[in-house]
Amino acid sequence: MDYHWNWGIFFVQVQNGDETYLDWLINGFGWTVAVSVSAWIIALSLGSVIGTLRTTTRPWVVMLGNTWVECFRNVPLLVQMLLWFFVVPELLPKDLSMWVKQDMPAKEFITATLCLGLFTSARIAEQVRAGIQSLPRGQHYAGMAMGFTTPQTYRYVLLPMAFRIIIPPLTSEFMSVFKNSSVAFAISVLELTFVSRQMQEDSEQGIETYVAVTALYFLCAFIANRVMSFIDKRTRVPGYVSAK
Amino acid sequence: MIEISHVNKHYGAFQVLTDCSTTVAKGEVIVVCGPSGSGKSTLIKTVNGLEPFQSGTIMVDGISVGAPSTDMPKLRARVGMVFQNFELFPHMSITENLTIGQIKVLNRSKEEAMATGLKLLDRVGLKAQAAKFPGQLSGGQQQRVAIARALSMNPICMLFDEPTSALDPEMVNEVLDVMVELAHEGMTMMCVTHEMGFARKVANRVIFMDQGHIIEDATKDDFFGTPRGERAQQFLSKILSH
Ligand SMILES: Nc1ncnc2c1ncn2[C@@H]1O[C@H](COP(=O)(O)OP(=O)(O)OP(=O)(O)O)[C@@H](O)[C@H]1O
Ligand SMILES: [Mg+2]
Repeated sequence: MDYHWNWGIFFVQVQNGDETYLDWLINGFGWTVAVSVSAWIIALSLGSVIGTLRTTTRPWVVMLGNTWVECFRNVPLLVQMLLWFFVVPELLPKDLSMWVKQDMPAKEFITATLCLGLFTSARIAEQVRAGIQSLPRGQHYAGMAMGFTTPQTYRYVLLPMAFRIIIPPLTSEFMSVFKNSSVAFAISVLELTFVSRQMQEDSEQGIETYVAVTALYFLCAFIANRVMSFIDKRTRVPGYVSAK
Repeated sequence: MIEISHVNKHYGAFQVLTDCSTTVAKGEVIVVCGPSGSGKSTLIKTVNGLEPFQSGTIMVDGISVGAPSTDMPKLRARVGMVFQNFELFPHMSITENLTIGQIKVLNRSKEEAMATGLKLLDRVGLKAQAAKFPGQLSGGQQQRVAIARALSMNPICMLFDEPTSALDPEMVNEVLDVMVELAHEGMTMMCVTHEMGFARKVANRVIFMDQGHIIEDATKDDFFGTPRGERAQQFLSKILSH
């Protein structure tokens, strides 16, 4: 193999600019983190609400929640990304559509974040539902018997335990958000994957580029994992053996 | 205090309760027994509206259970309930279990709730366990905490659904002792239990259920003393023999 190794490439200036390739990577990393963390916030809030609604006794509310989950789970993320970017703006009322296409600031970022957030919310909704339904039915009864309203029963009795139980799947979900954010390159968000392709073409040092990018994604997922296991330790219930 | 009249309940085509009627007067202790699946749990859960029913009426302290105009959370807060599997809130310490209802439902101050909670914990003999979590207590201890938790809301009556049947035999008495004491203090109680010793000691009346029907509703002395229906006799001889 006569590959020309150059690990110093990161400190070399890019072809038509005064930044270094390292600056590109740092920027890309920043966008990756921004998209992922914002999407995670959307996903967690929305997913919790929808997951909770799916355990209520109103059939139409449950159906709405189920439809939500099915829609976002059954279409590939990449396709959803393209749909949100190219198709959804066309479906909006005329003025809004024009605005979105021409004037909306940070259009790519917002679209990618929204798309990834909604996609992940469906997955979280599914886990929250499963978490709540894994609790003994008597817990719900006990909350109601105390005089709690249904929202209070969820708030004080069911959700605190449900979330503890689903920390392991939520951990993978949190890690996935970082990994899935790479799909945003398809709509030209200047995140890590986008930047890495740019750098590979510009510098012709593909191996160094992708080694660095791999390491950065690895780091994200690793930190996400650590954060979740810290939360797991902090919220562990003394003497609790998993629900029957 | 509790008036159950002509209550019917079914799941689809399956009738769980058929024309059930009985009353529990203030200060009375009623024991409900019957074979598995006869509808005891269902009946007792209809009393505080945890289970809806299709027809009939239930009045608790003059308030109609399940009527559209009834504030059910408010009514439930006044009716204590103890479950077969304790159902303490596992993520809360014992003191939190004893205070959360007082604080969130009765709007008591933290201090007041804590004082009440600790007093009740002392009363069920578990003051030393205040800082522990439910998972760190034995079944009998958990059930005593559950009784204290129900009492922390100053209930006008108490419902028990087989409070001792999930317990190891050596723990049954510590829970029954608390219940007997409650009965002696004049608490109105409706207890689903097969502890006939308890029934003999404190019950005013015993109700026997079978297949969703109340087929015996007799004073304690009649129930244990004079001849009664064949099903009840068979059932009694079975549970008294072991
Ligand atoms: N959600 C439900 N859907 C359908 N049938 C139910 C449901 N809940 C209870 N049942 C049925 O109703 C009947 C009465 O149940 P219930 O729990 O009240 O019995 P029980 O007398 O308390 O029995 P046990 O001694 O086993 O606790 C049973 O046959 C049970 O299978
Ligand atoms: Mg039962």
